[in-house]
Amino acid sequence: MKNKKDITVAVTGLNAIDSPGPGVAVIRGLKESDFYNVKIVGLAYEILEPGIYMDELVDKVYQIPIPSSGFDAMLERLTYIQAKEKIDVIIPNFDAELMTFIKLKPHLNKIGIHLLIPTKEQFEERLKGNLNEFGKKHDIKVPQSESVYSINELEDALEEFDYPVVIKGKFYDAYVAHSINDAKDYFFKISAKWGAPIIIQEFIKGHEFNVTALGDGKGVMMGAVPMRKTFLTDKGKAWAGISIDDPKLLKMTNDFITKSKWGGGLEIELMKEDKSGDLFLLEINPRFPAWVYLAVGCGQNHPEMLVKLAMNEEVKPLKKYDVGKMFIRYSYDMICDLDKYEQISIHGEV
Amino acid sequence: MKLKKNIAISESGFVFNPEIGTSFTTNSLGVAILKQLKTKTSTEEITSSIIKSYDVDSITCEKDLEDFIRILEQFNLIED
Repeated sequence: MKNKKDITVAVTGLNAIDSPGPGVAVIRGLKESDFYNVKIVGLAYEILEPGIYMDELVDKVYQIPIPSSGFDAMLERLTYIQAKEKIDVIIPNFDAELMTFIKLKPHLNKIGIHLLIPTKEQFEERLKGNLNEFGKKHDIKVPQSESVYSINELEDALEEFDYPVVIKGKFYDAYVAHSINDAKDYFFKISAKWGAPIIIQEFIKGHEFNVTALGDGKGVMMGAVPMRKTFLTDKGKAWAGISIDDPKLLKMTNDFITKSKWGGGLEIELMKEDKSGDLFLLEINPRFPAWVYLAVGCGQNHPEMLVKLAMNEEVKPLKKYDVGKMFIRYSYDMICDLDKYEQISIHGEV
Repeated sequence: MKLKKNIAISESGFVFNPEIGTSFTTNSLGVAILKQLKTKTSTEEITSSIIKSYDVDSITCEKDLEDFIRILEQFNLIED
Protein backbone atom coordinates (compact mmCIF):
# COMPACT_ATOMS: atom_id res chain seq x y z
CA MET A 1 0.00 0.00 0.00
CA LYS A 2 1.53 3.33 -1.10
CA ASN A 3 -0.29 5.73 1.18
CA LYS A 4 0.01 4.34 4.66
CA LYS A 5 -1.88 6.00 7.48
CA ASP A 6 0.24 7.70 10.11
CA ILE A 7 -0.44 6.44 13.61
CA THR A 8 1.20 6.69 17.02
CA VAL A 9 1.19 3.57 19.18
CA ALA A 10 2.51 3.36 22.73
CA VAL A 11 3.84 -0.02 23.87
CA THR A 12 4.94 -1.36 27.25
CA GLY A 13 6.99 -4.49 27.98
CA LEU A 14 10.29 -3.29 26.52
CA ASN A 15 12.35 -5.62 28.71
CA ALA A 16 14.11 -8.38 26.80
CA ILE A 17 15.88 -10.51 29.39
CA ASP A 18 15.78 -14.34 29.49
CA SER A 19 12.10 -14.05 30.40
CA PRO A 20 11.38 -11.33 27.88
CA GLY A 21 8.48 -8.93 27.67
CA PRO A 22 6.41 -8.93 24.48
CA GLY A 23 6.95 -5.23 23.68
CA VAL A 24 9.82 -5.55 21.21
CA ALA A 25 8.06 -8.37 19.32
CA VAL A 26 4.84 -6.33 19.18
CA ILE A 27 6.76 -3.31 17.83
CA ARG A 28 8.43 -5.44 15.13
CA GLY A 29 4.97 -6.50 13.97
CA LEU A 30 3.72 -2.91 13.92
CA LYS A 31 6.76 -1.65 12.03
CA GLU A 32 6.04 -4.24 9.30
CA SER A 33 2.46 -3.04 8.84
CA ASP A 34 1.33 -2.51 5.22
CA PHE A 35 -1.51 -0.31 6.42
CA TYR A 36 0.09 1.99 8.96
CA ASN A 37 3.19 4.12 9.16
CA VAL A 38 3.74 3.61 12.88
CA LYS A 39 5.48 5.94 15.31
CA ILE A 40 6.34 4.00 18.45
CA VAL A 41 6.26 5.54 21.90
CA GLY A 42 7.92 3.16 24.35
CA LEU A 43 6.61 3.14 27.92
CA ALA A 44 9.27 1.79 30.27
CA TYR A 45 9.26 1.03 33.98
CA GLU A 46 13.01 0.51 34.34
CA ILE A 47 15.78 2.58 32.79
CA LEU A 48 17.69 -0.47 31.54
CA GLU A 49 14.85 -2.03 29.55
CA PRO A 50 16.63 -2.85 26.25
CA GLY A 51 13.80 -1.49 24.07
CA ILE A 52 14.64 2.03 25.28
CA TYR A 53 17.94 1.80 23.40
CA MET A 54 16.61 0.26 20.15
CA ASP A 55 16.52 3.40 18.00
CA GLU A 56 15.47 1.52 14.86
CA LEU A 57 12.29 0.28 16.58
CA VAL A 58 11.37 2.86 19.22
CA ASP A 59 10.96 6.53 18.30
CA LYS A 60 10.46 8.07 21.76
CA VAL A 61 10.54 6.62 25.27
CA TYR A 62 8.91 7.73 28.52
CA GLN A 63 9.37 6.22 31.94
CA ILE A 64 6.05 5.47 33.62
CA PRO A 65 5.27 4.75 37.30
CA ILE A 66 5.11 1.12 38.36
CA PRO A 67 1.55 -0.25 38.68
CA SER A 68 1.69 -0.27 42.51
CA SER A 69 2.09 3.55 42.41
CA GLY A 70 -1.63 3.64 41.76
CA PHE A 71 -4.20 4.84 39.29
CA ASP A 72 -3.74 8.59 39.76
CA ALA A 73 0.03 8.53 39.23
CA MET A 74 -0.33 6.56 35.99
CA LEU A 75 -3.16 8.76 34.69
CA GLU A 76 -1.18 11.92 35.42
CA ARG A 77 1.88 10.57 33.62
CA LEU A 78 -0.05 9.33 30.59
CA THR A 79 -1.93 12.65 30.35
CA TYR A 80 1.42 14.44 30.27
CA ILE A 81 2.74 12.06 27.59
CA GLN A 82 -0.46 12.40 25.55
CA ALA A 83 -0.15 16.19 25.46
CA LYS A 84 3.23 15.75 23.76
CA GLU A 85 2.79 12.68 21.60
CA LYS A 86 -0.90 12.43 20.55
CA ILE A 87 -0.97 8.68 21.08
CA ASP A 88 -3.72 6.86 19.14
CA VAL A 89 -3.42 3.41 20.74
CA ILE A 90 -1.72 1.90 23.79
CA ILE A 91 -0.86 -1.82 23.81
CA PRO A 92 -0.16 -2.94 27.40
CA ASN A 93 2.05 -6.03 27.50
CA PHE A 94 2.35 -6.92 31.19
CA ASP A 95 -0.12 -8.96 33.24
CA ALA A 96 0.71 -6.89 36.32
CA GLU A 97 -0.22 -3.56 34.72
CA LEU A 98 -3.37 -4.68 32.95
CA MET A 99 -5.82 -4.00 35.79
CA THR A 100 -4.53 -0.41 35.97
CA PHE A 101 -5.14 0.01 32.23
CA ILE A 102 -8.61 -1.55 32.53
CA LYS A 103 -9.50 1.06 35.15
CA LEU A 104 -7.85 3.82 33.10
CA LYS A 105 -9.55 2.92 29.81
CA PRO A 106 -12.53 5.35 30.01
CA HIS A 107 -10.21 8.18 31.07
CA LEU A 108 -7.73 7.42 28.30
CA ASN A 109 -10.56 7.22 25.74
CA LYS A 110 -11.55 10.78 26.75
CA ILE A 111 -8.09 12.09 25.86
CA GLY A 112 -8.06 10.27 22.51
CA ILE A 113 -6.23 7.05 23.40
CA HIS A 114 -7.79 3.78 22.22
CA LEU A 115 -7.24 0.37 23.79
CA LEU A 116 -8.40 -3.15 22.94
CA ILE A 117 -8.05 -5.00 26.24
CA PRO A 118 -10.17 -7.46 28.21
CA THR A 119 -12.79 -6.29 30.70
CA LYS A 120 -12.26 -6.53 34.47
CA GLU A 121 -14.53 -9.60 34.58
CA GLN A 122 -12.66 -11.33 31.74
CA PHE A 123 -9.31 -10.50 33.34
CA GLU A 124 -10.34 -11.84 36.74
CA GLU A 125 -12.10 -15.04 35.69
CA ARG A 126 -8.94 -16.38 33.98
CA LEU A 127 -6.69 -15.66 36.96
CA LYS A 128 -4.69 -18.75 37.89
CA GLY A 129 -6.41 -18.97 41.26
CA ASN A 130 -9.83 -19.17 39.56
CA LEU A 131 -8.89 -21.89 37.07
CA ASN A 132 -11.18 -24.62 38.49
CA GLU A 133 -14.30 -22.44 38.19
CA PHE A 134 -13.13 -21.19 34.81
CA GLY A 135 -12.83 -24.75 33.48
CA LYS A 136 -16.33 -25.64 34.66
CA LYS A 137 -17.85 -22.48 33.17
CA HIS A 138 -16.29 -22.94 29.74
CA ASP A 139 -16.38 -26.77 29.74
CA ILE A 140 -12.57 -26.97 29.46
CA LYS A 141 -10.38 -29.53 31.23
CA VAL A 142 -8.03 -27.90 33.72
CA PRO A 143 -5.51 -29.39 36.16
CA GLN A 144 -6.67 -29.44 39.78
CA SER A 145 -5.54 -26.13 41.32
CA GLU A 146 -5.67 -24.47 44.72
CA SER A 147 -4.63 -21.01 45.90
CA VAL A 148 -2.87 -20.63 49.24
CA TYR A 149 -1.83 -17.54 51.19
CA SER A 150 0.38 -18.98 53.95
CA ILE A 151 2.85 -21.80 54.54
CA ASN A 152 0.30 -23.54 56.81
CA GLU A 153 -2.32 -23.44 54.07
CA LEU A 154 0.28 -24.81 51.65
CA GLU A 155 1.03 -27.80 53.89
CA ASP A 156 -2.67 -28.58 54.36
CA ALA A 157 -3.47 -28.21 50.67
CA LEU A 158 -0.57 -30.43 49.56
CA GLU A 159 -2.19 -33.41 51.31
CA GLU A 160 -4.75 -33.42 48.48
CA PHE A 161 -2.09 -33.59 45.74
CA ASP A 162 0.26 -36.32 44.42
CA TYR A 163 3.87 -35.36 43.69
CA PRO A 164 5.22 -33.82 41.61
CA VAL A 165 3.11 -30.67 41.83
CA VAL A 166 3.54 -27.31 40.13
CA ILE A 167 3.98 -24.24 42.37
CA LYS A 168 3.04 -21.02 40.57
CA GLY A 169 3.04 -17.28 41.20
CA LYS A 170 -0.14 -15.27 40.59
CA PHE A 171 1.39 -13.47 37.61
CA TYR A 172 4.69 -15.15 36.75
CA ASP A 173 7.00 -18.04 37.66
CA ALA A 174 6.26 -21.75 37.97
CA TYR A 175 8.33 -24.58 39.45
CA VAL A 176 7.86 -28.34 39.61
CA ALA A 177 8.17 -29.53 43.23
CA HIS A 178 8.97 -33.18 43.97
CA SER A 179 8.58 -32.99 47.75
CA ILE A 180 6.99 -30.85 50.45
CA ASN A 181 10.37 -29.24 51.10
CA ASP A 182 10.68 -28.29 47.42
CA ALA A 183 7.16 -26.86 47.54
CA LYS A 184 7.94 -24.76 50.64
CA ASP A 185 11.13 -23.41 49.05
CA TYR A 186 9.25 -22.39 45.92
CA PHE A 187 6.43 -20.88 48.02
CA PHE A 188 8.89 -18.52 49.74
CA LYS A 189 10.81 -17.80 46.54
CA ILE A 190 7.70 -16.84 44.53
CA SER A 191 5.82 -15.04 47.31
CA ALA A 192 8.87 -12.87 48.04
CA LYS A 193 8.83 -11.74 44.41
CA TRP A 194 5.16 -11.58 43.44
CA GLY A 195 3.21 -11.79 46.73
CA ALA A 196 0.28 -14.08 47.56
CA PRO A 197 -1.61 -16.09 46.57
CA ILE A 198 0.56 -18.96 45.45
CA ILE A 199 -1.12 -21.57 43.27
CA ILE A 200 -0.62 -25.31 43.68
CA GLN A 201 -1.40 -27.14 40.46
CA GLU A 202 -1.65 -30.83 39.52
CA PHE A 203 1.30 -31.89 37.35
CA ILE A 204 0.17 -33.17 33.94
CA LYS A 205 2.75 -35.33 32.17
CA GLY A 206 2.73 -34.49 28.51
CA HIS A 207 3.72 -31.95 25.89
CA GLU A 208 3.08 -28.25 26.24
CA PHE A 209 1.55 -26.23 23.43
CA ASN A 210 0.86 -22.51 23.23
CA VAL A 211 -1.48 -20.42 21.10
CA THR A 212 -1.16 -16.70 20.43
CA ALA A 213 -4.50 -15.21 19.45
CA LEU A 214 -6.56 -12.05 19.10
CA GLY A 215 -10.21 -11.47 20.03
CA ASP A 216 -12.26 -8.52 18.77
CA GLY A 217 -14.19 -8.09 22.03
CA LYS A 218 -17.46 -9.10 20.31
CA GLY A 219 -16.97 -12.88 20.18
CA VAL A 220 -14.87 -13.27 17.02
CA MET A 221 -11.43 -14.89 16.96
CA MET A 222 -9.53 -12.61 14.57
CA GLY A 223 -6.48 -14.85 14.31
CA ALA A 224 -4.62 -17.62 16.10
CA VAL A 225 -1.31 -19.41 15.64
CA PRO A 226 -0.40 -22.50 17.72
CA MET A 227 3.21 -23.29 18.58
CA ARG A 228 5.24 -26.00 20.28
CA LYS A 229 8.27 -24.92 22.27
CA THR A 230 11.33 -26.73 20.92
CA PHE A 231 13.95 -25.24 23.23
CA LEU A 232 13.43 -24.05 26.79
CA THR A 233 15.43 -21.81 29.11
CA ASP A 234 15.93 -22.94 32.68
CA LYS A 235 12.86 -20.83 33.53
CA GLY A 236 10.80 -22.86 31.07
CA LYS A 237 10.55 -19.96 28.64
CA ALA A 238 10.58 -20.64 24.90
CA TRP A 239 13.95 -19.95 23.30
CA ALA A 240 12.84 -21.65 20.08
CA GLY A 241 9.50 -22.88 18.77
CA ILE A 242 7.66 -24.05 15.68
CA SER A 243 4.18 -23.31 14.33
CA ILE A 244 1.98 -26.39 14.17
CA ASP A 245 -1.31 -27.53 12.68
CA ASP A 246 -3.61 -28.89 15.37
CA PRO A 247 -7.33 -28.17 14.86
CA LYS A 248 -8.09 -29.13 18.49
CA LEU A 249 -5.92 -26.28 19.81
CA LEU A 250 -7.56 -23.78 17.49
CA LYS A 251 -11.05 -25.02 18.38
CA MET A 252 -10.38 -24.63 22.11
CA THR A 253 -9.02 -21.11 21.52
CA ASN A 254 -11.98 -20.20 19.31
CA ASP A 255 -14.48 -21.58 21.83
CA PHE A 256 -12.93 -19.54 24.61
CA ILE A 257 -12.82 -16.26 22.63
CA THR A 258 -16.36 -16.76 21.31
CA LYS A 259 -17.88 -17.57 24.71
CA SER A 260 -15.98 -14.94 26.68
CA LYS A 261 -16.08 -12.22 23.98
CA TRP A 262 -12.42 -11.61 24.75
CA GLY A 263 -10.98 -8.30 23.58
CA GLY A 264 -7.28 -7.97 22.78
CA GLY A 265 -4.29 -10.24 22.53
CA LEU A 266 -3.94 -13.40 24.58
CA GLU A 267 -1.80 -16.48 24.97
CA ILE A 268 -3.28 -19.85 25.84
CA GLU A 269 -0.97 -22.44 27.45
CA LEU A 270 -2.10 -26.05 27.12
CA MET A 271 -0.78 -29.46 28.04
CA LYS A 272 -1.58 -32.54 25.97
CA GLU A 273 -1.49 -35.47 28.38
CA ASP A 274 0.69 -38.33 27.12
CA LYS A 275 -1.49 -41.18 28.35
CA SER A 276 -4.90 -39.86 27.24
CA GLY A 277 -4.11 -37.31 24.53
CA ASP A 278 -6.52 -34.95 26.36
CA LEU A 279 -5.85 -31.21 26.36
CA PHE A 280 -5.63 -29.41 29.70
CA LEU A 281 -5.70 -25.64 29.97
CA LEU A 282 -2.80 -24.42 32.10
CA GLU A 283 -3.08 -20.66 31.79
CA ILE A 284 -4.58 -17.82 29.80
CA ASN A 285 -2.25 -14.85 29.67
CA PRO A 286 -4.17 -11.62 29.03
CA ARG A 287 -1.76 -10.12 26.49
CA PHE A 288 0.38 -11.15 23.54
CA PRO A 289 3.24 -13.55 24.33
CA ALA A 290 6.89 -12.60 23.81
CA TRP A 291 6.90 -14.95 20.79
CA VAL A 292 4.02 -13.12 19.02
CA TYR A 293 6.39 -12.21 16.17
CA LEU A 294 6.15 -15.88 15.08
CA ALA A 295 2.49 -15.16 14.20
CA VAL A 296 3.67 -12.23 12.04
CA GLY A 297 6.20 -14.55 10.38
CA CYS A 298 3.41 -17.07 9.72
CA GLY A 299 1.26 -14.48 7.93
CA GLN A 300 -0.93 -13.16 10.77
CA ASN A 301 0.16 -9.73 12.00
CA HIS A 302 -1.77 -9.74 15.28
CA PRO A 303 -0.30 -6.47 16.64
CA GLU A 304 -1.32 -4.61 13.46
CA MET A 305 -4.79 -6.21 13.58
CA LEU A 306 -5.19 -5.15 17.22
CA VAL A 307 -4.40 -1.53 16.34
CA LYS A 308 -6.88 -1.60 13.45
CA LEU A 309 -9.60 -3.02 15.71
CA ALA A 310 -8.87 -0.41 18.39
CA MET A 311 -9.17 2.30 15.71
CA ASN A 312 -12.44 0.83 14.37
CA GLU A 313 -10.92 -0.03 11.01
CA GLU A 314 -12.42 -2.94 9.09
CA VAL A 315 -10.52 -6.14 9.85
CA LYS A 316 -11.26 -9.59 8.47
CA PRO A 317 -10.53 -12.64 10.63
CA LEU A 318 -7.55 -14.68 9.45
CA LYS A 319 -7.69 -18.47 9.38
CA LYS A 320 -4.61 -19.40 7.36
CA TYR A 321 -1.04 -19.36 8.62
CA ASP A 322 2.22 -21.06 7.67
CA VAL A 323 2.84 -24.36 9.46
CA GLY A 324 6.42 -25.39 10.22
CA LYS A 325 7.80 -21.85 10.65
CA MET A 326 10.35 -21.65 13.44
CA PHE A 327 11.53 -18.88 15.68
CA ILE A 328 14.91 -19.00 17.36
CA ARG A 329 15.64 -16.33 19.95
CA TYR A 330 19.09 -14.90 20.52
CA SER A 331 20.73 -12.35 22.75
CA TYR A 332 22.58 -9.37 21.34
CA ASP A 333 24.87 -6.87 22.99
CA MET A 334 23.95 -3.31 22.04
CA ILE A 335 26.61 -0.65 22.49
CA CYS A 336 24.95 2.47 23.86
CA ASP A 337 26.19 5.96 24.63
CA LEU A 338 25.81 7.19 28.16
CA ASP A 339 23.77 10.27 27.17
CA LYS A 340 20.62 8.24 26.50
CA TYR A 341 20.93 6.54 29.86
CA GLU A 342 21.50 9.97 31.41
CA GLN A 343 18.40 11.47 29.76
CA ILE A 344 16.05 8.69 30.81
CA SER A 345 17.56 8.71 34.32
CA ILE A 346 17.29 12.46 34.83
CA HIS A 347 14.29 13.49 32.70
CA GLY A 348 12.29 10.24 32.51
CA GLU A 349 12.08 10.55 28.73
CA VAL A 350 14.36 10.24 25.76
CA MET B 1 -1.61 -49.54 9.09
CA LYS B 2 -1.03 -46.14 7.55
CA LEU B 3 1.19 -43.12 8.01
CA LYS B 4 -0.74 -40.06 9.23
CA LYS B 5 -1.73 -38.21 6.09
CA ASN B 6 -0.33 -34.80 7.04
CA ILE B 7 3.23 -36.06 7.66
CA ALA B 8 5.69 -34.24 5.39
CA ILE B 9 8.56 -36.29 3.93
CA SER B 10 11.38 -34.73 1.93
CA GLU B 11 13.71 -36.60 -0.43
CA SER B 12 16.61 -35.67 1.88
CA GLY B 13 15.11 -37.86 4.61
CA PHE B 14 13.69 -35.03 6.75
CA VAL B 15 10.32 -35.96 8.24
CA PHE B 16 8.00 -33.37 9.85
CA ASN B 17 4.85 -33.95 11.87
CA PRO B 18 2.93 -30.64 11.60
CA GLU B 19 0.40 -31.63 14.27
CA ILE B 20 2.91 -31.51 17.10
CA GLY B 21 5.91 -29.88 15.44
CA THR B 22 8.31 -32.80 15.80
CA SER B 23 10.90 -33.67 13.13
CA PHE B 24 13.07 -36.70 12.41
CA THR B 25 15.70 -37.84 9.94
CA THR B 26 15.89 -41.14 8.11
CA ASN B 27 17.84 -42.67 5.21
CA SER B 28 16.73 -43.33 1.64
CA LEU B 29 15.22 -46.71 2.50
CA GLY B 30 13.28 -45.07 5.36
CA VAL B 31 11.94 -42.47 2.92
CA ALA B 32 10.87 -45.25 0.54
CA ILE B 33 9.05 -47.10 3.34
CA LEU B 34 7.36 -43.95 4.62
CA LYS B 35 6.13 -43.09 1.13
CA GLN B 36 4.64 -46.57 0.79
CA LEU B 37 3.04 -46.28 4.21
CA LYS B 38 1.19 -43.19 2.98
CA THR B 39 -0.98 -45.42 0.81
CA LYS B 40 -0.33 -49.05 1.69
CA THR B 41 -1.43 -50.77 4.85
CA SER B 42 0.09 -54.19 4.19
CA THR B 43 3.60 -54.88 5.51
CA GLU B 44 3.80 -57.85 3.13
CA GLU B 45 3.52 -55.53 0.13
CA ILE B 46 6.20 -53.24 1.51
CA THR B 47 8.49 -56.19 2.36
CA SER B 48 8.23 -57.59 -1.15
CA SER B 49 9.01 -54.23 -2.71
CA ILE B 50 12.12 -53.90 -0.52
CA ILE B 51 13.31 -57.42 -1.36
CA LYS B 52 13.05 -56.58 -5.08
CA SER B 53 15.34 -53.55 -4.69
CA TYR B 54 17.76 -54.62 -1.95
CA ASP B 55 19.96 -57.63 -1.28
CA VAL B 56 18.12 -58.87 1.80
CA ASP B 57 16.28 -62.06 2.77
CA SER B 58 12.58 -61.91 3.63
CA ILE B 59 12.95 -62.85 7.34
CA THR B 60 15.53 -60.12 8.03
CA CYS B 61 13.51 -57.62 6.02
CA GLU B 62 10.24 -58.39 7.88
CA LYS B 63 11.99 -58.13 11.26
CA ASP B 64 13.68 -54.81 10.40
CA LEU B 65 10.45 -53.41 8.98
CA GLU B 66 8.59 -54.35 12.17
CA ASP B 67 11.25 -52.54 14.23
CA PHE B 68 11.01 -49.48 11.99
CA ILE B 69 7.21 -49.37 12.23
CA ARG B 70 7.40 -49.70 16.02
CA ILE B 71 9.64 -46.62 16.07
CA LEU B 72 7.14 -44.77 13.87
CA GLU B 73 4.37 -45.67 16.33
CA GLN B 74 6.45 -44.39 19.24
CA PHE B 75 6.97 -41.14 17.36
CA ASN B 76 3.21 -40.79 16.87
CA LEU B 77 3.48 -40.95 13.07
CA ILE B 78 1.06 -43.85 12.49
CA GLU B 79 -2.72 -43.38 12.42
CA ASP B 80 -4.67 -44.91 15.32
